[in-house]
Amino acid sequence: MLDNLKILFRQGKQYIPDVRTAAVPGIFRGRPEILPARVNEAELTALCPTGAIGAAPVRIDLGKCLFCGECAFVFPDKIRFTTDYNMATNERQRLVVAEGAEMPVRLNPDLIRKEISDYFSGSLKLRQVSAGGDNSCEMELNACGNVNFDMGRYGIEFVASPRHADGLVITGPITKNMAEPLQICYEAIPDPKIIILAGTDAISGGIFEGSPALDRRFLDRYPVDLYVPGNPVHPLTFINGVLELIRKRAKQ
Amino acid sequence: MDNLIIKNHETVPLASIPVLEYDKFLAQNTVLLAEERRHCVQYYGFLQSGMVQLLCCIADDMHGTILVSSALVGKKQILPSFTAHRPAFHKFEREIHENFGIAYADHPWLKPVRYPFDRARPQNDIANYPFFQIGSEELHEVGVGPIHAGVIEPGHFRFVCNGEQILHLEIQLGFQHRGVERLFLAKQHLLQRTVLAESIAGDTVAGHSVAFANLWESLCGFRAGAGLQFARTLALELERIAVHTGDLSALCTDVAYQLGSAVFGRLRTPLINYFQIWCGNRFAKGLIRAGGSHFPFNESLAEQLLEMLDAFEPDFDAMCEETFTLPTVLARFEKTGVVTHDQAVAIGTVGMAARVSGLNRDIRASHPHDFYPVLQHQPIIKHHGDVYSRAQLRRREIKQSIGYIRHLLKHMPLDSATPEPLGQPAPESLTLSLTEGWRGEICHCAVTGVRGELVHYKVKDPSFHNWLALALAVRNNEISDFPVCNKSFDLSYCGHDL
Repeated sequence: MLDNLKILFRQGKQYIPDVRTAAVPGIFRGRPEILPARVNEAELTALCPTGAIGAAPVRIDLGKCLFCGECAFVFPDKIRFTTDYNMATNERQRLVVAEGAEMPVRLNPDLIRKEISDYFSGSLKLRQVSAGGDNSCEMELNACGNVNFDMGRYGIEFVASPRHADGLVITGPITKNMAEPLQICYEAIPDPKIIILAGTDAISGGIFEGSPALDRRFLDRYPVDLYVPGNPVHPLTFINGVLELIRKRAKQ
Repeated sequence: MDNLIIKNHETVPLASIPVLEYDKFLAQNTVLLAEERRHCVQYYGFLQSGMVQLLCCIADDMHGTILVSSALVGKKQILPSFTAHRPAFHKFEREIHENFGIAYADHPWLKPVRYPFDRARPQNDIANYPFFQIGSEELHEVGVGPIHAGVIEPGHFRFVCNGEQILHLEIQLGFQHRGVERLFLAKQHLLQRTVLAESIAGDTVAGHSVAFANLWESLCGFRAGAGLQFARTLALELERIAVHTGDLSALCTDVAYQLGSAVFGRLRTPLINYFQIWCGNRFAKGLIRAGGSHFPFNESLAEQLLEMLDAFEPDFDAMCEETFTLPTVLARFEKTGVVTHDQAVAIGTVGMAARVSGLNRDIRASHPHDFYPVLQHQPIIKHHGDVYSRAQLRRREIKQSIGYIRHLLKHMPLDSATPEPLGQPAPESLTLSLTEGWRGEICHCAVTGVRGELVHYKVKDPSFHNWLALALAVRNNEISDFPVCNKSFDLSYCGHDL
């Protein structure tokens, strides 16, 4: 007993007091900035392993970006990764960061469905499905609930049964072999329900885009409520994105 | 014996690999496995002008060599199996059967491996896996997955139980199949292949990306300087410490030990945050690059690393002391999920799963690369093969790895690691790369064509060997002990399914 208390005392408080303002340690590669310098745009776009960079004007699609940072190493005057982890949005187009249109990535309040704030603003239970995920996004989603990030304090939790869930969180590029289980899981969640894509693999297929082993037709059938970019998603990106989704709806 | 003897990370001309008659190929390789010090690191096939070229690579742990031989067979041939002589080959032959349709006359368990998109029999569907069944009214079956209760990867477990007791477990995998090996050929740029290697298993980024980088450099005739080798060794050991710590947390969770779960869980945070300090990613994505590094290690990083470890160790030690003396934890860990030494040898386990059953298999010691020759690694060996041993092994390996890091930091090489241009890959060659990841040995194999282009790329995660160990471990255990058994192995689904 005394040893337990000693351990507890030594650990002290481990939680991050405010996940909305917390600073990430080190050189985290978050939302990129595109600087005005002139570069060879053909070279720049050819560099990207997933074709996430477009030209005229230079733009980066965070839904495709693997955050490897190669572009920023080769063209440091053009591209810089900031430590801004707020990158989640509910509108696919907003994931594209373009030169000359520098602004933080946020949700479009007009697109948040009414039932989301009606039902989920105080409590949101999520069922996660890994459909070809490489286990890094899965580990980060688990980390969202650990004593540091403590997502549970906002009433957001992962649950075991889809019957208990309000929504689906998909990780991975969606393999053919997981297409059917994913569909069954979605159907087992009672209405109203939301879909969150966590990680670049889920949003665009990432480096697996175009692989004949994938079947992404699930995404053609249903609207996506939240895109959370990252490779893997950082817990702060996920938590802040979900908080914005359930709390920030346009006043009508 | 008619085989080519190579070293780890050696590139050899394809033509130098002896091509044997199948019967001789079989006899030679099955005889090699008669001794515990040899095991199969890779056995696979690739198409060669309408025929299937089978390539068998047997590691000799005593001499630090790899014995390579091959045979050419037709797809329609019915062959006698290696597995009938040595069960350790069972998975490799199942894979060859699944990929090319080659039939084996006497393979006892010729079941699907991962339902790849380019399988020989597309009509075989993952929804109709032929499970082993016992026709008894006394027994019942329990099906779990592919989607599990937690936030983990998918796979299906089919238990045959007698009441609460597990008689048999069959593990069906393949749900995570993304076509990784074919993508290595489809993606032409080195950076694409590198990020692909990083995505094979996101919990073993350092392991798989070091395996790829060392392979690619060997293929291009590049020799990594001391700075690069140093950083790779450091990354591998840091990854081991981080994942082992997270696994200790998960093991505590599975036996409902809240304090251990919370404290080990939070102790993992500074470890993976250190990767972020070093390379901008908590899982070391972006850190390892063939031919150089964007994140050379330096004095200030060394200082921060020592500071982090100094803070980590006392908390870790106190928590271990408490956990490993707590009767409620010990009662669940001890004698649970046992894999015997004989079983481990027969099925060819590697890495941690081998070392807890008294089987000394560790690439860091047997086929050392990067800074491991300097460290003169002595593997930690346990003998009981139960959950307790697997937990204890993690505790001791964490301490050992911290010791290695402290030693390495005292002898930090100062050469720069700025990227250098690599040469062209050697034509018509084979390169084999072995790396000891935190789970066990990772093997990458590349075969090039006449212009040095990749014509085949093979990846093997240690989980490929070890999933069967989990199935054997849970026999005669209570089904309620399955989660803690499963976690004690912590095998990779995506690394297996590729």
